[in-house]
Amino acid sequence: MKAIVNVSLKQGVLDSQGKAVHHALGSLHFNGVEDVRVGKQIVLQLQETDKEKAMADVTKMCEELLANTVIEDYEIELV
Amino acid sequence: MKVSILQFPGTNCEYDTQYAFEKLGAQTEIVWHKSESIPADTDLLVVAGGFSYGDYLRSGAIAKFSPVMQAVKEYADKGGKVLGICNGFQVLTESRLLPGALKRNENLHFISKHHHLKVENNDNTFLKKLDNGDVVNIPIAHHDGNYYIDADGLKELEENGQILLRYTDAEGNVQNPNGSVASIAGVCNKNKNVFGLMPHPERAMEAVLGSDDGVKMLEGFLES
Repeated sequence: MKAIVNVSLKQGVLDSQGKAVHHALGSLHFNGVEDVRVGKQIVLQLQETDKEKAMADVTKMCEELLANTVIEDYEIELV
Repeated sequence: MKVSILQFPGTNCEYDTQYAFEKLGAQTEIVWHKSESIPADTDLLVVAGGFSYGDYLRSGAIAKFSPVMQAVKEYADKGGKVLGICNGFQVLTESRLLPGALKRNENLHFISKHHHLKVENNDNTFLKKLDNGDVVNIPIAHHDGNYYIDADGLKELEENGQILLRYTDAEGNVQNPNGSVASIAGVCNKNKNVFGLMPHPERAMEAVLGSDDGVKMLEGFLES
């Protein structure tokens, strides 16, 4: 099973990279973009086959290492 | 006075830190991160600057799991004095020994230059040789120095006198190089035994190299 973890800055925490990309898109005349958030994706190949257990494990990984929950949110997708 | 200095893979300020404290008359020892204890006679533990584990994932995120960090937590919990400089500050926030977190600089640049700092609170070991409102000139060198804490956390820092230093100009007017909340350059924990700052006092020890204001900062630890 694969776990896809998306980590991004919390709403309300200024995302400087997102702002820079937004500005650059404007320079390229893509004017319809309201906001840009830049995050990172971490893909984990798991041995676990039980979805519930995999979700619990990956949640623990996120809380302990993959995200800094002071400033970041995470989303987990199992595929 | 014995100063123990932590060294992770990627630490690069351990010898500057050693030079600084030896210049002030302290004994020093560099402690490899695989060590499961810190020297018993340690009076001050410094988490030195650099790029622990290449700053992979996030600055300080992987270093917090090094074997020595459990000993650092126990040392701090017992009231031992800990100072984190630059990457050391990031390691201490990741370890939750200090509140808040360090984000990418607002302008996304790596900033390396001298910067002025204003002393906000000298009621602590670290800054007791300085007066509140004093301005010092100390180098900064970081990519992820943008201190963040939420509004409640900031209020708590202010109420407890935990804000140590703010970025200013030479006259003490706020001048924020990296986007830090409230222009914060350094904080301490509630018990005032764990200190962290992004600027490098250990690189400001010789007037001939631009500033010796680091002497006044670091010698606060010597008499404690």
